[in-house]
Amino acid sequence: MTTETVTTERVHTRSSASYRARSRMFSVLKHVGLIAASALMVYPLIWLVVSSFKPNDQIFRDLSIFTTNLTIENYINGWNDLQAPFSTFLLNSTVLSVGAIIGNLVSCSLAAYAFGRLKFRGRTLLFAIMLATIMLPFQVVLVPQFTIFKELGWLNTFLPLIVPKFLATDAFFVFLMVQFIRALPKEIFEAARIDGAGHFRTYLQITVPLMIPALATTAIFTFIWTWSDFFGPLIYLRIPEMFPVSVALKGFLDSQSSSDFGSMFAMSVVSLIPLFVAFLVGQKYLIKGFATTGIK
Amino acid sequence: MSSLGELRTIALSARRTGQRQKERAPDNLAAYLFLLPWLIGIVVFTIGPMLASLYLSFTDYNLLKSPLTNPPDFIGVDNYVEMLGDAAFWNSFRVTVTYVVVSVPLQLGLALGLALLLDRGMRGLSFYRSVFYLPSLLGGSVAIAILWRQVFGKEGLVNGFLALFGIDAPGWIGHPDYALGTIIILHIWTFGSPMVIFLAGLRQIPEMYHEAASVDGAGRVRRFFSITLPLLTPIIFFNLVLQIIFAFQTFTQAYVVSGGTGGPADSTMFYTLFLYRTGFLEYDMGYASAMAWFLLIVIAAFTAFNFWLSKFWVFYDD
Repeated sequence: MTTETVTTERVHTRSSASYRARSRMFSVLKHVGLIAASALMVYPLIWLVVSSFKPNDQIFRDLSIFTTNLTIENYINGWNDLQAPFSTFLLNSTVLSVGAIIGNLVSCSLAAYAFGRLKFRGRTLLFAIMLATIMLPFQVVLVPQFTIFKELGWLNTFLPLIVPKFLATDAFFVFLMVQFIRALPKEIFEAARIDGAGHFRTYLQITVPLMIPALATTAIFTFIWTWSDFFGPLIYLRIPEMFPVSVALKGFLDSQSSSDFGSMFAMSVVSLIPLFVAFLVGQKYLIKGFATTGIK
Repeated sequence: MSSLGELRTIALSARRTGQRQKERAPDNLAAYLFLLPWLIGIVVFTIGPMLASLYLSFTDYNLLKSPLTNPPDFIGVDNYVEMLGDAAFWNSFRVTVTYVVVSVPLQLGLALGLALLLDRGMRGLSFYRSVFYLPSLLGGSVAIAILWRQVFGKEGLVNGFLALFGIDAPGWIGHPDYALGTIIILHIWTFGSPMVIFLAGLRQIPEMYHEAASVDGAGRVRRFFSITLPLLTPIIFFNLVLQIIFAFQTFTQAYVVSGGTGGPADSTMFYTLFLYRTGFLEYDMGYASAMAWFLLIVIAAFTAFNFWLSKFWVFYDD
């Protein structure tokens, strides 16, 4: 009897030990796989950065990322390779991004307060329209929008790219903020009402400070999308001095001296640095923001 | 709830009650003041232009002529008739549908697979998440599209790697059979953003469901198919619908990778690139408007089909 118990126990221990060993092996294999996948994902980016520091004739002769022969020549050449110094394009992109961020923060939060907090006639219908516009392909409003801006004499200005942001045309952010406002505790608003705060004060002094995480998400996404936007600047801006970095980079493809890969790589890296910094600074907000709007 | 979830709820409650509920509406004035910027935007930049482009699609509208002094000529359905017989149009349609149908499922599949591998609280989780997420934030930029041209060029990174094994591969970007594939790979490379949404969805599933199932003797596989997957279907559906809609509108990557030409041999002439060239380089804005409306109808059809299909596989626990 005693022997039997001991035997079964031993068998049990052995099988759970082998189970543990197996799950340990699985875990090691998983990490090996994930590290390999990570390396594959970032390898092109690392190659881009390393190549941008290589002498031009070396970039394609030696594809490895381990090299000692590095130079900043490409950055010096590339900076002045296009129709204007690259600083001009960086400045233009910055102006466009800042304008778009301010516009989105103000207009989307106003609309979100109404949708998230207030009861009014037509709310369900307007809310449904707002949600539907998130999915509307931009091509279907493109031609008339272009005509409007052309007739207003706004071509070759930043206005077509900034003014719509002040009118909450990025409905995605309205929705993101509505989600956030709905999750705020009702008691706060109740207290504000009892203290006699009107809607505008409740919006400005209570809601806005509380929704700073949602505003941060909006600001960072708006920055990344505006910085990368290519189509808008391509159709509205024709003067090189007005180009943002996205359209300016295209100049490297057009130019006949397309053998200057070093300059092209170097300026590509320069254009990616702000996006990378935004990613590092705002990762938490980006991931949270996506999570709250994507679920269910 | 996602935007799709909200729309579904609104649609369902409208169907259930059959009529609008009478609710007290004390905030009308304040609400419409808060909504004013959005209302102006929706009328001036969305609904107005939508109707205008519908009208313009029935006209011969040259970009160089001002519509105020030179009203576009009404030509009925001519643009649409021309479109149906236009081989270049159908080519761009075929290229885009191929791209959507191939790249979206592959991207979402990879996103879901990796989200499942990244367990709660595992070692290195935030590192992996960051590394996988980063490309999706950079992927829309011109710089990355430029990089892609070099990675898949004749002398590029991929061929350099293949040469190690003695394989002499063609220039992928310059080959009509492969150029589209490189843009599909670029899309797959940006799987990080749906992955992050899947991760958030997985974290929402209460731990106790799994514990209860374990106690009942369900193994890993069984728990995945009976708990994880069904509870995740609304999020898969959300990602699928939105990714299809966005993939149909791809422009930057196609433009940059092909140098704006849609080549080689029109193999990367995406729908939006063709629309851009028609409207802004050939100034035929009537035809471009007709193309835009055709695109809207195709996207709406895809979305409606997805909603219909969802009845058979998406699990809502309400």
